[in-house]
Amino acid sequence: MTAFWILAPVMVIAALGILFVRKAVHAALLLAVVMMSLAVLYAALEAPFLFAVQIIVYTGAILMLFLFVVMLVGVDASDSVVETIRGQRVLAAIAGLALGLVLVLGLGQISLGTAVGLENANSGGNIESLANILFSRYVFAFETTSALLITAAVGAMVLAHRERLTPKATQASMAAQRVKDYAERGTHLGPLPPPGVYARHNAVDTPALLPDGTAAESSVSRVLAARGTVRSAPARAEDIEQIRGQIGDAPHAGRDAVAPATTTEAAPATGEDDSE
Amino acid sequence: MNVTAYVVLSGILFTIGCVGVLTRRNAIVVFMCVELMLNASNLALVAFARQHGNLDGQIAAFFVMVVAAAEVVVGLAIIMTIFRTRRSASVDDASLLKY
Repeated sequence: MTAFWILAPVMVIAALGILFVRKAVHAALLLAVVMMSLAVLYAALEAPFLFAVQIIVYTGAILMLFLFVVMLVGVDASDSVVETIRGQRVLAAIAGLALGLVLVLGLGQISLGTAVGLENANSGGNIESLANILFSRYVFAFETTSALLITAAVGAMVLAHRERLTPKATQASMAAQRVKDYAERGTHLGPLPPPGVYARHNAVDTPALLPDGTAAESSVSRVLAARGTVRSAPARAEDIEQIRGQIGDAPHAGRDAVAPATTTEAAPATGEDDSE
Repeated sequence: MNVTAYVVLSGILFTIGCVGVLTRRNAIVVFMCVELMLNASNLALVAFARQHGNLDGQIAAFFVMVVAAAEVVVGLAIIMTIFRTRRSASVDDASLLKY
């Protein structure tokens, strides 16, 4: 029972976390905690085969599948806070609380007596005993399972498959398209500009600055722009000034020479300085 | 050793999964909560197998795992397909059949 009393709070806290975390990835990781703890509880309940299957099938296969889909759908696809049905969250919480109370009180009141234990059933080894039952009494269900699995596999393939309706673009056709775009709309022929590289900050989420100090929007990935995590270089320069002010005005001799140039000019010009 | 504590824990986990299905909007998280409910029932099955001293409960839990695996594969494929056409994984956005 030691394992139970250690793992039960962990499992309940992790499961409650699934209800409250904003991001799907965090929910998947919390679910992994619950499933691993469950595997240990199976081992404590004399089910070594289910212990292994739980780890291999649930945490190994199913959770990996979840993580794959989370990555495909977009890590940032978090929940919306808007309720489509008014008061639904409160009502759901009340219903859940009622169900929990009924289950806990009801199950807590029945007395199951002492457990028989599986020493007898597991006498020939847990896996051998399970196989004996599985391939005798439950053999029809087992065979039906194979039909279910193959149906699921074919169904997933049909759902995930997308027919290619247009011919695949080759390198030559893409180059021709670029030149055509340039001739018709004046789109830049060359590759897109790289993100900004500055003296104090260098990351793909900070756009490069054009000669007039404005940010070159094409220099950061569209995905980052859609997520709204693009940072502005002039704002960072202002941050540096602010932090310098907080630390106390004790700059080095070398920095002193630079400081007047950055403080007297406008913020965009500071960024321009950095980019060189 | 008494298995009541295990069954109560499985009830708590099932309730949490239930509330998750009702409150969360992201289809993937809703799916995870369904998995949590299946796992909770598995725990009860394994606990009762120990209580009664035979292995039928473990076999049932094993079948639940198999069905859950098949269900996850198809469900996630459906979520992917919906996301591809509608650019959203929210359960509220797939409401065209309502009208």
